[in-house]
Amino acid sequence: MGNKFGKWSLWVGVAAFLALPLASRAQLTVADLHKTLDLSTSDAHVGNLTGHAKDGAATYRRYCIGCHGELGDGNGENAEWLEPPLFPKPRNFQLGVFKCRSTPSGTLPLDSDLFNSIGRGFDRSTMPPWNTLTAQEKVDLVAWVKHFSPRWAGEKAGDPIKIPDEPEVTPERIKAGREVFARVQCWKCHGVTGQANGPSASTLTDDLGRPIAPFNFTEGARPKCGSTDRDIYRIFMTGLDGTPMPSYADNIKPDEGWDLVFYLRTLMAQKSVEKEMAKKLDLKPVDPNAPAGQQ
Amino acid sequence: MKKISAVFVALVLVSCGALLLNRNVSAAADGKITGTVKLDGAAPHMKGIDMSKDPYCAKIHASDPAHMETVVVGSGGGLQNVVLYISDGLPASALTTPSTVPVFDQKGCVYSPHVLALDTTQKFEVKTSDQTTHNIHPNPNPMTGNIGWNQSQPPGAAPIEKSWKAAEFIPVQCNIHPWMHGWFAVVKGPYATTDASGNYTIENVPPGSYTVTAWQEDLGTQTQKVTVAAGGSGSANFSFKGK
Repeated sequence: MGNKFGKWSLWVGVAAFLALPLASRAQLTVADLHKTLDLSTSDAHVGNLTGHAKDGAATYRRYCIGCHGELGDGNGENAEWLEPPLFPKPRNFQLGVFKCRSTPSGTLPLDSDLFNSIGRGFDRSTMPPWNTLTAQEKVDLVAWVKHFSPRWAGEKAGDPIKIPDEPEVTPERIKAGREVFARVQCWKCHGVTGQANGPSASTLTDDLGRPIAPFNFTEGARPKCGSTDRDIYRIFMTGLDGTPMPSYADNIKPDEGWDLVFYLRTLMAQKSVEKEMAKKLDLKPVDPNAPAGQQ
Repeated sequence: MKKISAVFVALVLVSCGALLLNRNVSAAADGKITGTVKLDGAAPHMKGIDMSKDPYCAKIHASDPAHMETVVVGSGGGLQNVVLYISDGLPASALTTPSTVPVFDQKGCVYSPHVLALDTTQKFEVKTSDQTTHNIHPNPNPMTGNIGWNQSQPPGAAPIEKSWKAAEFIPVQCNIHPWMHGWFAVVKGPYATTDASGNYTIENVPPGSYTVTAWQEDLGTQTQKVTVAAGGSGSANFSFKGK
């Protein structure tokens, strides 16, 4: 059995290679996909649950296929009605590129990242939180989603970034976070007040050339990859692959990351300890023209 | 008996000769392919870049505005930034990893060089010379085996060392400065990039008959057959028709 699949995958690899010059963005056909359907090896592990692709097929067909399509290419029948940036297009699973990861930019996400994305849904998109599905159904779906991309056949998920324990919020940390916000120039896209109106905001596109808007901190929306402090930390450290949001892991020290999280909280509409502290501190938006280190 | 040993001696001699010849072949990988790439027609107008959105970038180019670099034509119609590589005929022995680590610099809010050619086995370095934040965001076709990434480089950021897996012409951009477009031209084997006059030299080519491909980001590719004699040089001039 294993041999047979090995042989198939070789043929599929050769076919995919030959087809490369033809497709600027490779799209598998139904025939190709059915050849690559190696359900025996596509599984997913989250906690002590194991998901099997073949068990996810029916759930996918019922709930996901309308947008993500039979081939997982994001071309389901509803896709054409979605107009970015207001309504992002459904994800093309064949590319194996995902926004919400706990792993470095350019690496595959963990199974738990995909699992959490399904359960969380994506705020400001047509992807709802699938919290009516059981954990087993979700982990089976993860296995099914993974089988669409050849990346998982030859590549392991990245090593998750390390997140130090969250320290206590202090006014000093909020001020330090404001310095980080100024230094790495988050405001270029997100704006000095976090209103998504920075000088580069209007020209942003995703990897497929579609318009995309930076996150607006001030309107009470939830960040797409989660709204806990750890989620926000993870977002700027790993970057959101496929979008203009880069990874800052090389340029923000682990502890500074928490300072930035606390400062970002002060920009958000939601009530928070950080927001109250910022009020007492009378914090002003960063000055884009101030010399380095003199905010 | 005598006849057999004569044949044996002859065989030994021939195999020694072959070995020597082989050695000569690898030692003589100092052949070259040289030539000039030109544009046939008038140089297209390259739009000036308005960098006013980022005062840092605008200030650098205040007296010398930057232009798009899609087609860069030098004196005598020479085409710059054309990548030349051997697309067919190269023996496996000529596929060595170059020892250099080419640098892709973000300088004055443009990429320098605009096109960075490198071998599939070669590492390269991305650095920033600017006092403004860039994000370096190559966008390969994931089906080739190359995987894209997106990393920030604020002022003073340390260089990033990277490599690619497969031969591909990979566009790279900075989302923060949307005019910043460049290319990683990833090829297998010896390569060269044309200078401002359109001249190039592909070094370390063993003797043989080859197909040389010239790639220009906007005008496409052209190929030519070239023969390189032992220790000598072949020549191939290309002419791209303007659009």
